Amino acid sequence: MAHRGLAILAAALALSCLVYLVIGVRGNWGFVLALRAERLAALLLVAASVAVATQIFQTVSGNRILTPAIVGFDALYILIQSVLVLAIGGLAAAQLPEIGRFLGETAILALAAVALFAALLRGAAGDVQRMVLAGIVLGVMFRSLTAFVQRLIDPNEFAAVQIASFARFNRIEAGPLWIAMAVGAAALAGAWAMRHRLDVMALGRDHAISLGLDHRRMLMTALVLVALLTATATALVGPLAFFGLLVTSLAHLVLRDHRHAVLMPGAALIAGIVLIAGQTVFERALGLAATLGVVVEFLGGLVFLALLLGRGWR
Amino acid sequence: MIEIRNLSHAEGRTPILHDITLSLPKGGVTAILGPNGAGKSTLLSLMARLRPLQAGSIAYDGMDIAATPTERLARKLAILRQDSTVGSRLTVRDLVGFGRFPHHRGRPGPADRAAVEAALGQFDLAPLAGRFTEELSGGQRQRALVAMAFVQATDYLLLDEPLSGLDMYYARMLMRLLRRLAEEHGRTVVVVLHEINYAAAHADRIVALKDGRVALEGPAAEVFASARLSPIFGMEIPVERWHGRPVALHYT
Ligand SMILES: Nc1ncnc2c1ncn2[C@@H]1O[C@H](COP(=O)(O)OP(=O)(O)O)[C@@H](O)[C@H]1O
Ligand SMILES: [Mg+2]
Repeated sequence: MAHRGLAILAAALALSCLVYLVIGVRGNWGFVLALRAERLAALLLVAASVAVATQIFQTVSGNRILTPAIVGFDALYILIQSVLVLAIGGLAAAQLPEIGRFLGETAILALAAVALFAALLRGAAGDVQRMVLAGIVLGVMFRSLTAFVQRLIDPNEFAAVQIASFARFNRIEAGPLWIAMAVGAAALAGAWAMRHRLDVMALGRDHAISLGLDHRRMLMTALVLVALLTATATALVGPLAFFGLLVTSLAHLVLRDHRHAVLMPGAALIAGIVLIAGQTVFERALGLAATLGVVVEFLGGLVFLALLLGRGWR
Repeated sequence: MIEIRNLSHAEGRTPILHDITLSLPKGGVTAILGPNGAGKSTLLSLMARLRPLQAGSIAYDGMDIAATPTERLARKLAILRQDSTVGSRLTVRDLVGFGRFPHHRGRPGPADRAAVEAALGQFDLAPLAGRFTEELSGGQRQRALVAMAFVQATDYLLLDEPLSGLDMYYARMLMRLLRRLAEEHGRTVVVVLHEINYAAAHADRIVALKDGRVALEGPAAEVFASARLSPIFGMEIPVERWHGRPVALHYT
């Protein structure tokens, strides 16, 4: 598609990736590049997953403030992981086959998300303020519940499964998580296939039904996709509270387009640029390890406040 | 033909519609009248499957709305809701374009684009086509929404107070357009009106609701009479004849 904004963003992302790959390479180029390329792929997938999950969630919930992270999708995922460890013990959990565990946890997340959030989205439909409040309260609830369950777990067992409670981009573990990447890629393809229907969903419930969408089914499908994408991103780097909000807000600001065929790739490209360029600047150039997450969350938090205080309820 | 059978509806424990049975012939303009809170919007929302049916059935040409896939219904009937809002930031052209979605499912062809341009012309929206809907006046936005329902090109068109916000010029233009749709294209139009003189001038049939029941139903020529309209609105509505047409004089 010949969209100028997207083309510029794609070029910027390509440049960021190139710099990320080659800056400061010493010694065995082949080895370093292969390692970095693997990490790069994982980072790009995380960026796209968070961006697309956030965009889909905002569209079907009809607001620009709530994101899957704010209503607690990732906290719910970590809660599921923690409950598993609590139930069968950290060592046993660590010995479960990686693929089975990820798929199982993701499936539970998808079910829980549909059960909990479908009610929220339908119950408060059209009442954005009530939904935002309820969503924020839900998010806080899941986070405290997760913290509580984690206290109950023996610290040694906890270390064995390495449940991430904050984002860490520098120690991304691509190796054993190919299954997460496969699930994420499939969910992204699913989101792309829905792009035209998402445009219609964005008009609002009544317009969507009137134009022939099965609104209920769209809501369910969207929530399942959001769950898959959140599980992918959380498994790869950990929870990201405001990152999604930051990139979808930027995408709306920069692209000024209502079409999901533009918004979703646009938000994904912006997310990629923020992660890859940020990673390069903060860790390679400034030598500040593990600070990107903090900076991204700080900026995203500012956007969240600006939207709450400003006119951005929709 | 629209067949409504034993339709009842309640919000929570408050009953809103009571056992409505109504059949509207195919073709022609039916005006739905009635005081505020009579249940007109609820009836139209149910007819357009925007709310789930609680009791009773609704069918278009034998097509039961509870048993027909919603995408099929989107090619059978279109609705303009009262106080309709749009969630996205859209230009008038894009908004009207969404009316074609049931036909192209996301991939508009030349015929869809032509239909949109024709509707923009017909509703005098061409000069506003590139403007964003939130930057329009209420009446201009209303026209764009009517054009969107119109371009959906369905056999049945349901409009809930489409004249609200329109000035005299566009109100008359819209009513004449609805009349033409019925006469020349055989479409069936169901329109909720507040100004009953528009019903006298443009409708073939009148259905009046009061307290969730059908209080009056029949050909406009028969039903449009002081003795029949006055009790529905709870006020004296003199109906005089002017150049052979009935005119309600309820202003003073
Ligand atoms: N969502 C709702 N919850 C409770 N009552 C409602 C709701 N919607 C409408 N009503 C009530 O139902 C009655 C009919 O409303 P409506 O169909 O909008 O009337 P009309 O369009 O004829 O003015 C009114 O008394 C109104 O207060
Ligand atoms: Mg009404």
